Amino acid sequence: MNHIQRKLTFVLATLLFLALISGCGNKKTPPPPPPPPPAKPVTATLSANPASIQSGQSSTLTWSAENADQVTLNGKAVDPNGSQSVSPTQTTSYHLAATGKGGNQSADATVTVTQPPPPPPPPPPSVTDEQLFAQSVVDIYFDYDKYDLRSDAQQALNQAAQAISQHPNWKVRIEGNCDERGSTEYNLSLGSNRAQAAKDALAKAGVGPDQLTTISYGKEKPVCNDATEDCWQKNRHDHFTLLQH
Amino acid sequence: MIKTAGKNLLAFVILLAVLLAPAAAQDWIRTGTNRGAPIRLAVPDFKASNTDPLTAPLNTVFNQTLWNDLDNSGIFEMVSKSFYPLVTPGSPSDITLDSWGNPPPNASMVAFGNLGVSQGRVLVQGWLFDTKNAASPQVLGKQYNEEATPDNARLIAHRFADEIIFRLGGGLQGIAETKIVFVSTRGGHKEIWAMDYDGANQHQLTHTGSIALSPRLSPDNSRIAFSALTSDSWQIMMYSLDLGRTVAFPRFGGDNFSPAWSSDGSRLAFSSTMSADPDIFAVDAGGRGLKRLTAVKGPDVAPVFNPKTNGQIAWVSGRSGLPQIYIMDSDGSNVQKITDQGYAVSPAWSPNGLLLAFAWTRHYGPGLPGKQDIYIMDIASRQFVQLTHDAGTNDFPSWSPDGRHIIFQSTRAGGEQIWTMLADGTHQQQLTREGRNSQPNWSFK
Repeated sequence: MNHIQRKLTFVLATLLFLALISGCGNKKTPPPPPPPPPAKPVTATLSANPASIQSGQSSTLTWSAENADQVTLNGKAVDPNGSQSVSPTQTTSYHLAATGKGGNQSADATVTVTQPPPPPPPPPPSVTDEQLFAQSVVDIYFDYDKYDLRSDAQQALNQAAQAISQHPNWKVRIEGNCDERGSTEYNLSLGSNRAQAAKDALAKAGVGPDQLTTISYGKEKPVCNDATEDCWQKNRHDHFTLLQH
Repeated sequence: MIKTAGKNLLAFVILLAVLLAPAAAQDWIRTGTNRGAPIRLAVPDFKASNTDPLTAPLNTVFNQTLWNDLDNSGIFEMVSKSFYPLVTPGSPSDITLDSWGNPPPNASMVAFGNLGVSQGRVLVQGWLFDTKNAASPQVLGKQYNEEATPDNARLIAHRFADEIIFRLGGGLQGIAETKIVFVSTRGGHKEIWAMDYDGANQHQLTHTGSIALSPRLSPDNSRIAFSALTSDSWQIMMYSLDLGRTVAFPRFGGDNFSPAWSSDGSRLAFSSTMSADPDIFAVDAGGRGLKRLTAVKGPDVAPVFNPKTNGQIAWVSGRSGLPQIYIMDSDGSNVQKITDQGYAVSPAWSPNGLLLAFAWTRHYGPGLPGKQDIYIMDIASRQFVQLTHDAGTNDFPSWSPDGRHIIFQSTRAGGEQIWTMLADGTHQQQLTREGRNSQPNWSFK
């Protein structure tokens, strides 16, 4: 039996095997798929023109991406190639991201924003003629019993001359003053010379003579009443009054 | 040179006597050379001639005024009342000459009389007797009859004093009726005021409301020229004492200061910046006929005419630095520098034309001795004498018409006040006390 049984098992197995083979052999077997082509690399460029602007101006961003499935600019999907105008108010970086089979690529561009220079607008309307006069036409001081101009007085008069000659409608009174020492009448006369010295210097520096008048107050209108050198110096001065503008 | 009046008082007196001799022969020779023995004058209070209630108060005013006038004149030695006889004479019949002419009074002259108010009038009789002339003692006999007011009691005393001074003082008119104009702040700001020569009757004249300075009485006492600050400049103004108000006077360009009359009243000199630099100008009394007298750069101010001739003007100039006194002919020619050191201002020309009074700080500078004092200088010899010493800052001297007195301002009592003195620096007296008072100007007569 063993021999017989072994022989039978072999036959059956072969039959089965054949049956299985014959069943498949009815269709054609497809060729194995070709190996996939190698993926092209993704590229991305981004530029800003101009790269530097003043606040309020605009810059144009231009980008291009190749072989990318998805392109975003600062996180928003965009066409692979494009441009866009931007007006950032402060320095801003732009980030282009491109994603494709060939990988990921990104590019950056920065638009630098500079603050505009302080507005050069016409003199602000808040400064009045009186304020401008007070700033630019200041008292000048004299040495004892003198009416010639010291260098500090000459400097102050140069500045004053500029302001006065820029305002031809200004009429300015120059008031000569003296300290309390010395005689009433002589001081009136000395004050006249002090006022006249300033008038001559202003005229020489280009101020129209018809813009200027003089008066002497001698020692009749002191700004300070102490018997000290400090106070006397304060009183030895020309004061300027804007009469008309 | 005479440097100090104290050391050289005698020399000064002789100087004055010599200087003043041609102009006022008897007076200053007499006053000067007789200075050791001036006339001893007794002035008993005038007797009340009735019991009217106004008699006593007016008599008090009269007696004080008469005494002060005679004492101020500088030509008498007033005999102290403590030496007088017990009986006060009211008329020539009451007086015993010997009791006045012998010691203790030892008076050379006696002025006496009586005063009474009746029916609103004050009647004064006054006599001057020479105690050494028993045969004919009466030198003067005067009667006055005015409305009974204190002002008139003062006026009568001034007139009687001037009669005595005229008779005994060498023929020079007395000054008891003269006036002073000046600047006072007592109304709030500087205005022109007037007073009698002795400080009585101070009253405000101008009401400019700004600043009025440098008053100068016209020789006829009808007007006062002064300088006042207007809205845009200083102008010479004219106040009429007849009308009691400011009258029209031409305006000039620039600032105009320190007017001065010629003694004939025909011209005014002043300082003006009408041609930019301050210079001296002159016009006629109506302000016309303008003439420029100086043209040198620098302050020129405070002109004053030589009252004897009106042919010269003294003034102050800063043309060479600190102010100095200069003299020129009144047409501007022949300029001479009179002072050549320190700080010299405010010239006043003596009535006889020979002397200048002015304010001078002779040694000028920090730490140097001396202050601004009143000096007089003989123009011909340039000799000078200091009249005030160590007593504040002194300025603006002005001569009395008889040349015996000088009025001036001084800070010795605090603020500026007005003082008088005899022209030799003695007898200094304060006349003003209220507010600040400055720039006194003595009338021409």
